[in-house]
Amino acid sequence: MGEILRDYDVLGAFWMTIYLTFFSAIGALVIGTILAVMRVSPVSVLRAAGTAYVNVIRNTPLTLILVFCSLGVLYILEINLADPQSPTSIRDNAIRWAIVGLSVYHAAFVCEALRSGVNTVPLGQAEAARAIGLTFGQSLTQVIMPQAFRGAIAPLGSVLIALTKNTTVASIIGVAEASGLMKEIMENETASFAVFLLFALGFVILTLPTGMLFTWMSQRLAVKR
Amino acid sequence: MSTQNVLFDAPGPKARARHLVLTVVGGLIVAGIAAAVLWKFNEQGQLEGPMWRSLFTADVWTQYLLPGLWATIKAAAISIVGAMIFGIIFGTGRLSHVAPIRWFCGVVVEFFRAVPVLLMMYFLFSWFAVQAFFDAQYYPIAATVIALTLYNGSVIAELVRSGVFGLPKGQREAGLSVGLTRSQSLRSIELPQALTAMLPALVSQLVVVLKDSALGSALPYIELLSQVKNVGTAYGNVIPAYILGAALFILLNYALTFIAGRIERRINKRGKTAGGTVAAPLPGTTAEDPTT
Amino acid sequence: MNARRIGAIAATAALALGLSACGSSDDGGDAGSGGDSGKKLKIGIKFDQPGLGLKKGTDVTGFDVDIAKYVAKELGTSEANIEWVQAPSPQRETLIETGQVDLIFATYSITDARKEKVTFAGPYFIAGQDLLVRADDASITGPDSLTGKKLCSVKGSTSAQKVKDKYPGVQLQEFATYSECLPALSTGGVDALTTDDTILAGYAAQAEYKGKFKVVGQPFSEERYGVGLKKGDTATCNKVNDALKKAFTDGAWQKAIDDNLGPAGYKAGPGNPPTPDACA
Repeated sequence: MGEILRDYDVLGAFWMTIYLTFFSAIGALVIGTILAVMRVSPVSVLRAAGTAYVNVIRNTPLTLILVFCSLGVLYILEINLADPQSPTSIRDNAIRWAIVGLSVYHAAFVCEALRSGVNTVPLGQAEAARAIGLTFGQSLTQVIMPQAFRGAIAPLGSVLIALTKNTTVASIIGVAEASGLMKEIMENETASFAVFLLFALGFVILTLPTGMLFTWMSQRLAVKR
Repeated sequence: MSTQNVLFDAPGPKARARHLVLTVVGGLIVAGIAAAVLWKFNEQGQLEGPMWRSLFTADVWTQYLLPGLWATIKAAAISIVGAMIFGIIFGTGRLSHVAPIRWFCGVVVEFFRAVPVLLMMYFLFSWFAVQAFFDAQYYPIAATVIALTLYNGSVIAELVRSGVFGLPKGQREAGLSVGLTRSQSLRSIELPQALTAMLPALVSQLVVVLKDSALGSALPYIELLSQVKNVGTAYGNVIPAYILGAALFILLNYALTFIAGRIERRINKRGKTAGGTVAAPLPGTTAEDPTT
Repeated sequence: MNARRIGAIAATAALALGLSACGSSDDGGDAGSGGDSGKKLKIGIKFDQPGLGLKKGTDVTGFDVDIAKYVAKELGTSEANIEWVQAPSPQRETLIETGQVDLIFATYSITDARKEKVTFAGPYFIAGQDLLVRADDASITGPDSLTGKKLCSVKGSTSAQKVKDKYPGVQLQEFATYSECLPALSTGGVDALTTDDTILAGYAAQAEYKGKFKVVGQPFSEERYGVGLKKGDTATCNKVNDALKKAFTDGAWQKAIDDNLGPAGYKAGPGNPPTPDACA
């Protein structure tokens, strides 16, 4: 085990997992919030677009979404997220497109989480907001969404945990994260239980506190009714 | 969607006109992007007729896609059955009044919920190869199915637990008062109701299993995604093959989601259980489970 | 409530289902290691390697396949009695050891590590790691002109590892399969695809990619393709070697290369046809 830790950059691989998780979480939250707003908006075409996005993305395997990002968008459409002349363009492009793919995928689930949050807001809140003359935008941003976010903390935590685990799929487009490194170690050395436990515990250490933090926050920030 | 109708007034003539303009503009933007993508695909030679026509020959379907689809469904079906067994055992284990059993089941469930499925698949596959317990041709399917079973089983264990928690207390009390032991009441009164309530959630979980089985292609377990790759190799049309593969996955999962909705409505209408359906007993574990 | 027991039950259940589902495809032809006349012979090949071993529809084609057919005929098995088995790289040793295949012709390089588990006949071909570039690209002439270039290979392959170790100035895109590299190569997203020259020639020769790619032809490693056999089966090994030697001299070997890799303009590199090692 000591040799494996010396010969392979286990911490570096987990750092990549954290890096992917962090930026994808921000991306997913932004896209997911826009989608959730679209799905409750007065414009029917926006509602339809939001629903279509969620239905398509949610039913596609993440593997395929990431392959489309890399092979389809980067290599066929030639949309670079890093300077193609730079000496690290392949690595940077792979990481950045992985973040985009993970964000796009998890945004669908963030949207669903927020919608469940919206459902926790009593009808009277919206009625009251309308009654005092707030427009759709005002009642959404000042009355509904602040409460919806607080009601959606627990499901958002689940999405974040799933996102942490799903970063492993990025190895399929060549991002050097934890699962790819474990596969490499098992192919080069041996498939020992200890190696698996090392990596599994890494994920437990990443996800368990997240779960506890979100449970605590969801209780702490719950809207008292 | 409680707020849907009260967040805004029914649009008047002016608003309707504005929405129409928005729709047209939005439509044009989407069409413009689609056209740009198609133009670029064409320029890169990805729209050539033979590349797409070869996807719709009998050989591609009988030799690759249908066997792949069957392998995907097979792995998903075995996994969901295994996951249910695992889930019921460990879910009730977590409700046990014997503390060590409760703790043990809790640790197992939390562990498998925290470990990425892909990590488990990689490990099991390499580990089987080292240990050689059984025939090598079954390593890929065994690694895929066991990893899916362990993860989804622990999700279902949580469903079982919260399903039982969601029942009115009176159900158990009634059971105890007619002289059943605690485990008898759990088995014959609470669990059956919890399971009925869980049914839609279980079908939604099947979508997760079906999608996750695509991870097996990394081993490789020769399921739909692997077969799609094989088509791309044999016919030199990787991108078109992937697009077709994505469409197949979306259709299959969409159908399952649809069925889940139907079952849920049916159970709600029948209204037999005391607890109602467990739509999202634990946040994010059912329809919102964002596993790959 | 024992986790291990439950795991075992789940595994058994899964396997039982898996077995019953797959059982139908096994028609129980129990060929011995030798393959006496009339008996079925199970041969492991690649199913996804154009030009070497490719299953397209119901047909299998490729250089490995043609050599395998020739050897089988010399061992007394007609083409109709060959059962083709898919032999993905990581499973080749296990397939041999557990007797699921009798022979393996699957770009199987002879290495000392593998010799501990299987016996090799041959080699029947000397391949080498090379580069596949766009047909109009003159800037890459060999491994020395790679600095600053972008390469594509398969994650975890020895070719990918060699590039990482020996050419640090090179960027490497790693995908799950070589065929995913091809669209990236044709659009110029990467400059070259690297692995064994035979595999590269197979892609370049594929009808769908005709005229688009070329093999550079400066191999920078030596891969000796052997025929995998059950460990210690020297009798079959000798028979296979005799068959291979015959194929080298009567033109069948050259024809197999020309038929499968010829369209790419591929010529067998130095050292070909090789002299089979003595069976040990």
